[in-house]
Amino acid sequence: MATIEQLTDVQATIGFSVNGSVASITASPLARLSRTLREELGLTGTKVGCDAGDCGACTVLLDGEPVCACLMATAQAQGCEVTTVEGLAQRGPLYEKLQKSFLIHGAAQCGACTPGMLVAATALLERNQQPTETEVMDALGGVLCRCTGYRKIIAAVLEVNDRVWGQNTPEVGHAVGDRLVRLDGQPKVNGTEIYGADEAPAGALAVRAIRCPFHRARFQFGDLEAYIAQHAGVAAILTAKDVPGENRYGVISKFADQPVFAVEEARFRGEAVAAVVGKGEAVEKLDLQNFPVSWKELPPLTSIDNALAPGAPLVHLDRKENVLVRGRVVRDDVEKALAEAAVTAEAEYETGFVEHACIEPEAGFARRVGDMVEVQACTQSPYMDRSDIAQILGIQPEAVRIIPTAVGGGFGTKLDLSVQPFVALAAWRLGQPVRMVYSRTESMISTTKRHPARMRLKAGANRDGKIVALDFHADFNTGAYSSWGPTVAARVPVHASGPYYVPHYRALTRAIHTHLVPAGAFRGFGVPQTAIAQEQLYDELADRLGMDRLEFRLLNALDDNTPTVTGQVLGEGVGIRACFEALRPRWLAARQETAAFNNNATGPLRRGVGVAGMWYGCGNTSLPNPSTMRVGLKPDGRIALHQGAIDIGQGSATVVTQICADALGCPIDRFDLVSGDTSITPDCGKTSASRQTFVSGKAAFLAGKALRREILRRAGACDCAKISFQNGQLEIQDGDRQHKITLSQLPTEHHGYVLTAEATFDPPTKPLDEDGQGIPYAVFGFGAHLAEIEVDIELGTVKVLRITAAHDVGRAINPTLIEGQIEGGVAQGIGMALMEEFFPGKGENLHDYLIPSAGDIPPVESILIEDQSPIGPFGAKGIGEQAVIPTAPAILNALHDAIGVRVHKLPATPDRVRAAILQAGIAGAQRG
Amino acid sequence: MYLRPTTLDQAVDALEHHRAQVLAGGTDFYPALGERLPSTPVVDITAVAELKGISVHETFFRIGGLTTWSELLAAQLPPCFDALKSAAREIGGVQIQNRGTVAGNLCNASPAADSVPPLLALDAEVELVSIGGRRGVLLADFIVGSRKTLRRADELLTAVIVPRVVENARSVFLKLGARRYLVISIAMVAIVLAVDEQRRIRDIRIAVGSCSARAQRLRELEQFLTGRPAQARLDALVMPEHVKSLSPIDDVRATAAYRSDAALILVRRALQMCAS
Repeated sequence: MATIEQLTDVQATIGFSVNGSVASITASPLARLSRTLREELGLTGTKVGCDAGDCGACTVLLDGEPVCACLMATAQAQGCEVTTVEGLAQRGPLYEKLQKSFLIHGAAQCGACTPGMLVAATALLERNQQPTETEVMDALGGVLCRCTGYRKIIAAVLEVNDRVWGQNTPEVGHAVGDRLVRLDGQPKVNGTEIYGADEAPAGALAVRAIRCPFHRARFQFGDLEAYIAQHAGVAAILTAKDVPGENRYGVISKFADQPVFAVEEARFRGEAVAAVVGKGEAVEKLDLQNFPVSWKELPPLTSIDNALAPGAPLVHLDRKENVLVRGRVVRDDVEKALAEAAVTAEAEYETGFVEHACIEPEAGFARRVGDMVEVQACTQSPYMDRSDIAQILGIQPEAVRIIPTAVGGGFGTKLDLSVQPFVALAAWRLGQPVRMVYSRTESMISTTKRHPARMRLKAGANRDGKIVALDFHADFNTGAYSSWGPTVAARVPVHASGPYYVPHYRALTRAIHTHLVPAGAFRGFGVPQTAIAQEQLYDELADRLGMDRLEFRLLNALDDNTPTVTGQVLGEGVGIRACFEALRPRWLAARQETAAFNNNATGPLRRGVGVAGMWYGCGNTSLPNPSTMRVGLKPDGRIALHQGAIDIGQGSATVVTQICADALGCPIDRFDLVSGDTSITPDCGKTSASRQTFVSGKAAFLAGKALRREILRRAGACDCAKISFQNGQLEIQDGDRQHKITLSQLPTEHHGYVLTAEATFDPPTKPLDEDGQGIPYAVFGFGAHLAEIEVDIELGTVKVLRITAAHDVGRAINPTLIEGQIEGGVAQGIGMALMEEFFPGKGENLHDYLIPSAGDIPPVESILIEDQSPIGPFGAKGIGEQAVIPTAPAILNALHDAIGVRVHKLPATPDRVRAAILQAGIAGAQRG
Repeated sequence: MYLRPTTLDQAVDALEHHRAQVLAGGTDFYPALGERLPSTPVVDITAVAELKGISVHETFFRIGGLTTWSELLAAQLPPCFDALKSAAREIGGVQIQNRGTVAGNLCNASPAADSVPPLLALDAEVELVSIGGRRGVLLADFIVGSRKTLRRADELLTAVIVPRVVENARSVFLKLGARRYLVISIAMVAIVLAVDEQRRIRDIRIAVGSCSARAQRLRELEQFLTGRPAQARLDALVMPEHVKSLSPIDDVRATAAYRSDAALILVRRALQMCAS
């Protein structure tokens, strides 16, 4: 009889093969294999997104078959062959092709799902070299992606054998417009990219937060000293008392209200009240249920209605009626215009919390270096982090160094602080490096969400089809703390008209506090919610007028010379008409096909087609919003670009470099990117508001031009001279005159460059007056989506069949990356329309909270319109948020087109669609 | 304490002597742990070879408890298993199907366990082994509620036994979820339907999952349909009262009313697919 393997020790020696070599490691036998691979073997290419098998980021091959490493005991790998992303190359030449295919297709954006996708795809391709699309989807279905919308990943796998993938470098002066492979792509497909959780100094302590389990509770600590004494390895407990500076932070300093640790009362489920710091394993093992804190649950405000009810308790004593802030844009007499309008339509819509669901949960570490503190973490906004951490620690901003890691998805949520105050404070106080990695649940309960919105609106039009008025009222549930609530309240009234001329207009908004998780920035700052209401209402107006819904939009679309609702006349670059016109051929064909399908339908399926438009201002709303770029010429003739526009997967590192290369007139492969580390790179602002291509891109353009001017000045050459960048020297051809600059002979400045140029760009805006009139943005992006869907009227399920997306991007700096933004935006729009709603306290994981999977995204056709902005670099405008806005309303308009119902509370889940169908008494849909 | 027995005797011996959790494919074990570490001894049964594989016997099929969903999908099985195979394809993604086991899905006893309706429709029985011996329990009796089974702490679910009664019957599984992959069922239906020479319904089993604390058979509907011709509009015979025995709940996935409604539609569709 074989002997039972009885491992009574906490640690055991386990032997298995990893990536072709034998590993014998000492680990807890029950430790998740993912943890062992990452922490014991340093194979951090295997990502941990959920620790529950819900996301597939940790997919590895076990004896050639894909498994989730987070669901396996390390001891179960005994005697097996494990292959991680780092070992795929050893399995044969297929993998190199697959990597290249991923890069060329733009299949990796943030890259956090990429290792899982690559491993899953390898398993498929090793047994099936010519898979069908369905086989690819089945193989990738176990890995979630939040950035790409999956189609480029599916294409990368399907077309892996189609050609030998070469990498072309665009000619000098032609980087802009090139489908350049992302410059930070290679580490994403090698598994070597460093995200927040992938690095920590040896011996770093761990910190874990104690979080409130109730929506609202008073609390008292027990004997914290005794707890430390009783738990070996615990070094300290941190509470509000330990915060040396201000126990308060926030992305908008005027409204900063969020404590690092709550004091006496916690205002939302998931709010931190204390943190335990100590040796990694000891802290990991703590059962935090036993932490000495007693809670007294208090009645919470969990809805806008609760919060606005007379006599409701105040979430913050200084904010009357629980109103954080109001927004207002008014133009002319809207009530009179509505009273006189030939037709009117009105509606109410409600949306819920939407979770960003970045595949990478927040993570990072901090260490104290003398009187400085360094924080390395995933972030969208290093300089904002720097000032907040300085304020929390009571030190100067210059004493804080923020080292941004690669960001495994951001979408707005990584603008706000997460792990940073905990690791910075702990490292500062203990003088030792400290690390923190959020679990999926911790990320979901404590980080910001999309604002739930409740919108009431009424619009009117004349017989000739011209919109005359829109009256829009919206309340946004901003949760317990301000975060980006003021921005949502300010941005929405500017945008609620949509990209149309609306002469009489009133948009009033409020951000309302509740005892729920703070709502913050999420791709579009409230505008996606707004478009859901406004674009559906415009469909109703068109229907009442008996007009074609697309032609109605075209008739009312803004042009270069019509004023917006803030009275701004853009003068140039208003490409919305071109977007609608680009959709017209598919619109007409789809309308016909849909009608034919429905006329012949005998079963429960009906089809519909819907359209929606969008506009979105790039950058801060009437506020300063500068970016500074530094570009340096190195003695060896290479160019250093201090690229502080944080790339969260959208591609800013690549796009900004393309712009700078053409401005300078230098081949792009001579560029070396310098990271957004605040100690070496100037402030490029935050990655938000679709501003990086536009604002940081413009700064890079100006810096590139300035360096070029400086070189030409030194050579005494004219503006039109051609500079040839060579190793260690420059050759300047000015007509028939040739000039050489030997770089090694030039002195270097303190960055080590022989020539340096720095430029700042701040988009020209003007403040809004009390009626919201002014110039809120220098540049707007425009777009329109067309959705074709199929509804099962018996089950209420909606399948999106096809999306056609036209976007005016001004100038497509990198069409592949723009398509990536559009497809990813479409995927998030589908999620918002059909499946995504976060309920605080329920379903705080990625199997209850659903984001679209590889099988939920239809083919997306992107049509790029280039109506150049007079201000943007090479005419470019933003696309990041623009892409998500029109999808949901287009789908909801298609739903109405298919079956004549509207779902007023989003998302339109099967049960809600079915309820609407039953209420409307649709023929063929009755039960029984 | 972590034990990894290599024989069934060792495994049940370990369960007899330790109040242990059983670990197999880990696909429910680890998510349930969350951030905690196991506080009880763990018996990892994945090295017990006797628990693996599918075998055919004179009167029954025996599916070893450690059979993974991928192994089940790869096995040559008669048409009555088509529903179970369809369910296997819907359990998580490939990663989960490669690790998750038949025994694990049953012992976890989630109301939304995808394999339960098809196995109920196959009149499956589970085999439980302890140091005291072996017993068989009908699956319909084994799962007694949401995450509750008749398995004693000292017992191991060693196999699922499927009687060879309707092996050439058609079988269909339909799952309804709010997305395509990696989705927990809102409602699901499995039907096994055998006809006689006149194409009359000889034997029909209909099971519905995610619409009550445990998946259940619709016995009254089965009786009502037995003996009727398996013809084109069989679905029209199914009425709302036939799903009245279900007791669905409201949760983040759907309302209770919707679940009843959807279950009725799914039963009709699955029936139609079996009959046509």
